[in-house]
Amino acid sequence: MSFALETASHPENLKRIAIDPVSRVEGHGKVTILLDDNNHVHQVRLHIVEFRGFERFIQGRPYWEVPVVVQRLCGICPVSHHLAGSKALDWVVGAPQISPTAEKMRRLMHFGQVLQSHAVHFFHLASPDLLFGFDAEVGKRNILNVAAEYPDIARQGVLLRKYGQEVIRLTAGKKVHGISSVPGGIHKSLNKEEIAFLKQDIGQMIDWSVGAVELCKRLYYSNLPLYENFARCESNLLSLVRPDGALELYDGLLRARDSKRKIIFDKVDNRDYHKVITEEVKSWSYMKFPHITALGREIGWYKVGPLARVQNCDFIDTPLAEEMRQQFMDTAKPVNHATLAYHWARMIEVVHCAEKIRDMLDDPDLQGNDLLRQGKRASEGIGIIEAPRGTLFHHYHVGDDDLVTMCNLIVSTTSNNQPMNEAIRSVAREYLDGERVTEGLLNHIEVAIRAYDPCLSCATHALGQMPLQVELVNTDGTVIDTRTRGADFI
Amino acid sequence: MTNESVAKAPKSTAPSAPGEALQARETRLFSLDGKPVAFTSGQTILEAATAAGRYIPHLCAHPDFPPHSSCKLCVVKANGRYLSACSTRAREGLEVESNTPELNGRRRTLLQMIFVEGNHYCPGCEKSGFCDLQALAYQLEMQNPHFSHFWPDRTVDASHPDVFIDFNRCIFCELCVRASRDVDGKHIFALTGRGIKKHLCINSRTGKLGDTDFSAADRAANICPVGAILKKHVGFSTPIGKRTYDATPISVVSLASLEASK
Repeated sequence: MSFALETASHPENLKRIAIDPVSRVEGHGKVTILLDDNNHVHQVRLHIVEFRGFERFIQGRPYWEVPVVVQRLCGICPVSHHLAGSKALDWVVGAPQISPTAEKMRRLMHFGQVLQSHAVHFFHLASPDLLFGFDAEVGKRNILNVAAEYPDIARQGVLLRKYGQEVIRLTAGKKVHGISSVPGGIHKSLNKEEIAFLKQDIGQMIDWSVGAVELCKRLYYSNLPLYENFARCESNLLSLVRPDGALELYDGLLRARDSKRKIIFDKVDNRDYHKVITEEVKSWSYMKFPHITALGREIGWYKVGPLARVQNCDFIDTPLAEEMRQQFMDTAKPVNHATLAYHWARMIEVVHCAEKIRDMLDDPDLQGNDLLRQGKRASEGIGIIEAPRGTLFHHYHVGDDDLVTMCNLIVSTTSNNQPMNEAIRSVAREYLDGERVTEGLLNHIEVAIRAYDPCLSCATHALGQMPLQVELVNTDGTVIDTRTRGADFI
Repeated sequence: MTNESVAKAPKSTAPSAPGEALQARETRLFSLDGKPVAFTSGQTILEAATAAGRYIPHLCAHPDFPPHSSCKLCVVKANGRYLSACSTRAREGLEVESNTPELNGRRRTLLQMIFVEGNHYCPGCEKSGFCDLQALAYQLEMQNPHFSHFWPDRTVDASHPDVFIDFNRCIFCELCVRASRDVDGKHIFALTGRGIKKHLCINSRTGKLGDTDFSAADRAANICPVGAILKKHVGFSTPIGKRTYDATPISVVSLASLEASK
């Protein structure tokens, strides 16, 4: 099966443009565009060219290594992998119900994670496009110029991220790649000094995150046709929700809606994910293409992440975030499928995380000593969590000798694979078709990718500093035009 | 091996000649990095230095076992000659250099060779923070592996219910071999093969640890300086900040643990 613009019928007669690598994303992605002599677009693909192989090389390792090892998939949201792996292995050690202290420590860690990751995503990686324009001079489209032109916004972004990192440091042991979550619970709790430290700035964080939502909303309404239609991609939605329908980031039940907001499935237990989701492999990408089994691969693909979550849930259980969700839902008719609306939804989640952190810091369980649980040993575990960029699945089999025998991961980016491909095809149709290709036009493609994901490979590479070279190659292989730009931000 | 060697002595501190007991009562000195160190008869340079609160880096040496002299990290320059401090007896008037840029540079190189010879991934290793190899790399300011990694194809033996062996991390110090043979009396471990094919082997019909009478209480199960022999189900149970080498360098921990064992 092939989607429109996924596979050209005669690629051998077409010019090929490669955006390689895609910049201001983490990891290594590539976009290829095939054009005919009149620059009409025939094929657009987002390739994930980085092979990670974690599913294979975690096999044969002791299961208690998993939460620490698999988080090395990513430097932006390692906590999500750390916790999804731990949740899966809670089942293996017979403790799917961990202690209140352990669960609250993990939740707090995760709120810190989502907050810091969303801050990086919006302020550091996406805001230059939104504030200066997609085709602004390339040398100005970076966070340093945001700091020069909008110093308050840049400062708030940096400090919001820093606060999230501090939450992670105190709950996980260090800011990146902590080790505190273990199968069956957690190995530390917080002391009074640590809680007092986090309480100092949480009020400011809530204020700034509310300001970020207002900024997103203002940008959205300032150019409604652009924001509503750019890279628009209608699809189903998937996320965890709490049993009562509330937004849930750490542990919930699977729910999917179609593009008109009708429920496809609801309250699916995590352990039954393979009954509702199927993964497809394609020859031109290392990423898999998952879809909702009941709908089939042609129409069963779905979005995950903030845009899916805030529209999939029935409500958010913190007042400010819920008020902002309701304002956001005014744009949903009945579902907002605008790619750039991801950022607005993302900042609503930042408000939610900040409110949750504030509320949790008063909970005495965070200072408890009941850290670990253990029960009847099992051979299989499944952990699903809402990572910053969407639903993340971890699935393991463990042998009697305690070594992992099978690992299946569906990372958020994998779920968003088809929507991202559709989004960039929409951009190619709208902005590139028949036009002379410029760097600014190609950046439109990258803007669409960045709205979903600054983290293409769930990899550990450094942010930015990715030079971009675009070559226009004629049908006989002659390079007819080359554009190069230097290192982008950070 | 030099005539100062005590490698084959059952316990290096034992007097080795008549009359040494009398000499031991006298204070005799050698110089370590320009400062005097007192020693008693039969003591090695490493033992005397350690007793005097002076740290000489080492990996395979252990106060409870005869010197092994294989890791070569404790090599010092004594009267101009390169000698293993763990297996060389202290002598009156010996001028020993240890903490010098040259010797520490050679030690760093040895560490780099150990790191690339095995598969040592500190970020995913539960011994991290407790590991002598990692702690020495920090102590000697090793910044990178320098050499090309060998990426050897080694396995994990998880056949025992309480202990597992990750052969990827074995540094061939033979502490488990010595402990199993000399303390536990079980002879479970040995090194076999030559050169690059050298490896730790298990004394059982299948070659698996699960088919031996090995116990988690054995001395050999509790002596590995790296993450090769580990208790199962412990994993990452200690918070960052509370692990042995998180806040204290191995130079201090090593001397303090010896003092505590006295």
